[in-house]
Amino acid sequence: MITVLFFAQLREQLKAEKFDLSIGLPCTVNDVLAGLIKQNPEWAQFIQSQTLLHAVNQTMVDDKHIVTQDDEIAFFPPVTGG
Amino acid sequence: MSGTLNQSTDICVGVQQADFDIAQEYNLMREDNQQDGAIVFFTGLVRDFSQGNNVTGLFIEHYPGMTEKALQDIVIEAKQRWPVRRIRVIHRIGQLHLADQIVYVAVSGKHREACFDACRFIMDYLKNQAPFWKKETTEQGDVWVKALQKDKTAMDKWQQK
Repeated sequence: MITVLFFAQLREQLKAEKFDLSIGLPCTVNDVLAGLIKQNPEWAQFIQSQTLLHAVNQTMVDDKHIVTQDDEIAFFPPVTGG
Repeated sequence: MSGTLNQSTDICVGVQQADFDIAQEYNLMREDNQQDGAIVFFTGLVRDFSQGNNVTGLFIEHYPGMTEKALQDIVIEAKQRWPVRRIRVIHRIGQLHLADQIVYVAVSGKHREACFDACRFIMDYLKNQAPFWKKETTEQGDVWVKALQKDKTAMDKWQQK
């Protein structure tokens, strides 16, 4: 089981700030995205966005990054600070 | 003062709701500093226009923990690229109003060229790498600000240098 965090517009679209996902570990970030859609088909349109960013343990990573037990995973739209 | 420089690294990064005082921050860059000949700083403000809407306020969401880490990483990279000494970054979060200060970056060093470059580098990376999101209050309702290609292009230029 891993906990996935969502921020900003994605959090609003999914109506969730986090989700506990049952998934075999280790797996890739892409597998986590697929797992989320499998359990929440209505999220597909938001999660499949090309521009979605991924962070593991608070560092941005690409979708092939390997996720292991106790990792902190977050998905969010492109950032707009500054 | 909202922060103090780390004695060994000369770096101080802050993510806060509270406003900051430029005069105090400028002193933080100057005090006990006889080695540096230049200080460059940038301040970003809430403006009343944006992507086609009249803006009346701004809310900034962030990813607690990652924002501080991302800013720290950017500052450390700037120090590795340029011979600069003190670096201070502040980014505000939460509800802001028109003309409020949002972000502050200050860099000190022996010479101005490195300070200008490092300050610009930090802002260009912050815009693309630090997990903050702006939601503007407009006359047409609340609108999430969209990331712009020009900000991505500005960061990419540093990777070619």
